[in-house]
Amino acid sequence: MNIDWQAFLLTTQLAGLTVVILLLVATPLAWWLAHSRRAWVGWVEALVALPLVLPPTVMGFYLLLLFAPDSGPGAWWFSLTGEPLNFSFTGLVIASAIYSLPFATQPIQGAFSSVGEGVLEAGATLGASPLDRFFRLALPLSRRGYLTAAVLVFAHTLGEFGVVLMIGGNIPGETRVVSVALYEAVETLNYGSAHTMAAILMGFSFVVLLTVYGLNRRFAFRLGSGG
Amino acid sequence: MTRLRIDLEKPLGDFSLKISEELNIDTVLGVLGHNGAGKTTLLRLLAGLDRTERGVIEFGGSAWLDTSHSIFVPPHKRRIGMVFQDARLFPHLTVAGNLNFAANRAVGQLLPRAEVIKTLGLEGLLARRPAGLSGGERQRVALARALMSGPQLLLLDEPLSAADMGYRVELLPYLRQVIDRFKIPTLYVAHTLDELTQLADQLLVLRGGSCAALGSVTEVLAQLDLPEVAGREAASSMITAQVTAHDPDYQLTSLAFGGQSLSLSGLVASPGDKVRIRVFATDIAIALEKPEAISIRNVLPAVVSEIRIDTLSPFADVLIAVGGQSLRVRMTRASLNELKITTSQQVFALLKTASLASG
Repeated sequence: MNIDWQAFLLTTQLAGLTVVILLLVATPLAWWLAHSRRAWVGWVEALVALPLVLPPTVMGFYLLLLFAPDSGPGAWWFSLTGEPLNFSFTGLVIASAIYSLPFATQPIQGAFSSVGEGVLEAGATLGASPLDRFFRLALPLSRRGYLTAAVLVFAHTLGEFGVVLMIGGNIPGETRVVSVALYEAVETLNYGSAHTMAAILMGFSFVVLLTVYGLNRRFAFRLGSGG
Repeated sequence: MTRLRIDLEKPLGDFSLKISEELNIDTVLGVLGHNGAGKTTLLRLLAGLDRTERGVIEFGGSAWLDTSHSIFVPPHKRRIGMVFQDARLFPHLTVAGNLNFAANRAVGQLLPRAEVIKTLGLEGLLARRPAGLSGGERQRVALARALMSGPQLLLLDEPLSAADMGYRVELLPYLRQVIDRFKIPTLYVAHTLDELTQLADQLLVLRGGSCAALGSVTEVLAQLDLPEVAGREAASSMITAQVTAHDPDYQLTSLAFGGQSLSLSGLVASPGDKVRIRVFATDIAIALEKPEAISIRNVLPAVVSEIRIDTLSPFADVLIAVGGQSLRVRMTRASLNELKITTSQQVFALLKTASLASG
């Protein structure tokens, strides 16, 4: 039996990196979505939510075109680094971030909205500047939203298959993540490896979710009656 | 005495707030008005939480707002302390954490923390989280937090009017103490007169976004043409008097004002104290001659100074001058006509009870 540990390592790296990038990117985006009263907020919200409904192959197809080294962003990247975005780990990270964007944005946006203008106004009258209010009030009051976002993005990236296959292919150590390795094992009738990898992925995912929901409970404070 | 000059205009739905006044706030300026009169908007404009196209706010010597010169000082730089109807405590911080949040951002001289905590009775609550506090406790913490930010102006937006009315009585003495001890100029917004007669020394009456009256509490209460102070529960007068004696046997306190004397029950004051007495208009009766053999102890010679008849109701309001102060009397229109009461007439005021407004 051969278990592709390299694929596990790569998958974890990909998921972890995607979480870090998305929490940073989604924070200003979610803040803007939660607080802006502009008419075109709805357009942006719909755009951000697209990956929720599109088949991964559709996203993968467009990203494949965008990442191609002969034109557009792919060409720019190629001229900058000398490496193509297609079929590379970097490309995979960017694709994951785009594909999981709604999973980060929506929980954080919800958390920001539920912080409420009232508490921030109180902070302002107590001498807190806008940035101070964000870091000392909005952010700590939104930590459950961040936790949810991190878990969803991590889990979603673990389970990613279609997009990876379209733009990453199956290069060991570069783009071969667990879901792809598992698919290959099944294709080659290597059911023993497939069983083991599937079981490990399932067990691992369950443990992650269990830890997070446990933590989430401990974080809980009754916001509703907090005044 | 702090000078607050406001000249504000802000559209509010179907009317606009339009107010231009120079306020000299000594202790507490009460802002009274019906719901939707623009009270909260005025406070929010003062705090900088709401903005307007046209306006000037000058506090002390500094401009907080001057739209014609593009001056807008943001709320966090205005050195105000605001208490909202809902306490708006920070739920992720303990009571102590809430106080620290304010203290860490305070500019200038800090009020002594221990004294603030003691004045508001928070000693036992410091480690608690807001979610575990009662409504009254939350408002006390909110008040303490506002004080810890070292404000030059306190803005209180109906702090006693949240859903839970039970703590009204519990909170008033704390407010009184905060006002007496820290002497911070305060704007106190309320929609009922009750708390204002106990806490404020000046009143600003807002109606439909404009100033309908501004003056000392005594002056404003004596204005017969203000519906805001004429309600059945509200119509009253304020007398400032000095305690002369207390009879422990009969449990009566004697008071003197302007050459007149009063005997009242249920006052907690000692001889020499200056007190403010609130007398409800319905607790005074008028007699044309001095009645003999009557159980009412307070019979005061008075002169009718103003009469206002409301033909839509059974009642008339009469203003009488007693010992240099004005008292508001409510009687039926029928009585007024039968007694043929006219202005400048000499009468006797029969005063049943009165309550202490503040020490």
